Amino acid sequence: MIGLTHYLVVAAILFTIGVFGIFVNRKNVIVILMSIELILLAVNINLVAFSVYLHDVVGQIFAMFVLTVAAAEAAVGLAILVTFFRNRGDIAVDDANVMKG
Amino acid sequence: MPLSDLQLAAPELILALSAMVLLLWGAFAGRASTAHTVASMAALLAAAVAAVYAPHGRAFAGGFVSDDAATFAKVAIFVASAVSIPLATGWFARRGDSRFEFPVLVILAALGMGMMVSAGDLISLYVGVELQSLALYVLAAFRRDDPKASEAGLKYFVLGALSSGLLLYGASLIYGFAGSTHFDVIAAAVGDGVGKSGVLFGMVFLICGIAFKVSAAPFHMWTPDVYEGAPTPVVGFFAAAPKLAAMVLFARALADGFAGALDQWRQVLIIIALLSVFVGAFAGLAQSNLKRLWAYSSIANVGYALIGLASGDQAGIQSMLMFMVLYMVDVTGFFACLTALSREGKPMETIQDMAGLFKEKPGMALAMTAFSLSALGLPPFSGFFAKLYVFKAAVFAPNMAWVAVAGLVGSVVAAFYYLRLIKVMWFDAASGPVEATPTEARVIAIGAAVFSMPLVWLALHWLDQWAGAAAAAFGHS
Repeated sequence: MIGLTHYLVVAAILFTIGVFGIFVNRKNVIVILMSIELILLAVNINLVAFSVYLHDVVGQIFAMFVLTVAAAEAAVGLAILVTFFRNRGDIAVDDANVMKG
Repeated sequence: MPLSDLQLAAPELILALSAMVLLLWGAFAGRASTAHTVASMAALLAAAVAAVYAPHGRAFAGGFVSDDAATFAKVAIFVASAVSIPLATGWFARRGDSRFEFPVLVILAALGMGMMVSAGDLISLYVGVELQSLALYVLAAFRRDDPKASEAGLKYFVLGALSSGLLLYGASLIYGFAGSTHFDVIAAAVGDGVGKSGVLFGMVFLICGIAFKVSAAPFHMWTPDVYEGAPTPVVGFFAAAPKLAAMVLFARALADGFAGALDQWRQVLIIIALLSVFVGAFAGLAQSNLKRLWAYSSIANVGYALIGLASGDQAGIQSMLMFMVLYMVDVTGFFACLTALSREGKPMETIQDMAGLFKEKPGMALAMTAFSLSALGLPPFSGFFAKLYVFKAAVFAPNMAWVAVAGLVGSVVAAFYYLRLIKVMWFDAASGPVEATPTEARVIAIGAAVFSMPLVWLALHWLDQWAGAAAAAFGHS
């Protein structure tokens, strides 16, 4: 029997992979965008699992909002990435160092 | 959905509708125009007026709250956004880079901030934060042919999206363990917070997410790079209004949703606040770029505001609101000076560039001196009263006097870099003539300077009352 805990554990693992994907990845900005999506999807699993467990539809409505905003966020992120690429001709994370830090 | 719900949200509706109309107008006209800029400012000011007259209550099944706190924050946010529009359009026009999208994005960001300060549940909190953030990411990368600006936009986007992820993960845990997204139901479920580890775990994630948005240490690493890379007037905008919005959101989520767990979140906030104060003070010492310097200054100042919030009582929240509003005036004025000053066609951005400013442009030098002394917290200036309120709230809160003392030590350290800037402006020799300053930036800078020195004494009484009424609105959800 798969219970609430299993879903929460899967979501927590996905969330952790996403956070590590942002910090450990040193190669490619696209991978960072994918990691961000992974974090948001982990949250959605949490929300839907809680929603079913609580017999409360608000969690699924929340998940719909998250999906919508995630799409908008990806669009804005890719647009900024395109301007970055036009200026640099490259999207490697290591090159994002005109400013220190 | 009754009509009264729409009345409560009137300021946001004005902004949303005018953003769409202005976008279409710009798209059909194909270029920026003075009429378009003036209309966007009028929309923001109309929203500020509507916020004053909006009836109080809860709309959209409790998701949207209109009360004294929302009114106070919205008026400050919309006015600050309106001020930033002429500053930025003038700056972009001088660089031959006017675009009609700029005022539209500022209005959308202001709309998001309005949603943030009116959030009554976790969903509207998230939607408000994202609406504001998405507009700000684009604004940071607004000069799309500038490598620095696009890098700033990219860094802001990646770390901002991560912070939204943290905030959201916290929100999902709070929803699951408290059983609702509404702050009042969450407050009831949390009780006194003892033994509710699931909800409190979510609360810590939520705090981390919002701390990113206010650039509090240890979540501040994006701030210096974004401030340095983004266009100067845009920095002036997002160093002011979004900080206030996020701090009010902080107060809303913690004082409304987690009122019972005050002891738990106070500890977290004190750690974040003191870290911010000291990171801002010590890391600022090594900076030569003024935009980076004011990034660290803003980290330190957010730390002081968080000390006020950590006090947790009404006086503490009031001190936080006062602090943020007075700081907003300073930072807007300072960046107005930075947008105005250039020497031999190059913007003056480092401390050494400011050498001899007093001989060249005494008015600007006096204004920047006023902002620096005010941010330092020297007595006759507005920043002194701001810090006075925060430290007073901390001293009267239980077991927090030592936090006030530590904050004071931090501001003594930070005094070094403000005083160094003043010394360079007043006593060092100039390296060349400073170009004439544009009118709109000069008016805004002088206005803000006059407010920070004599006008604040008159305004303080009213500001105190409004902030007091606003602070009283928290914790009654």
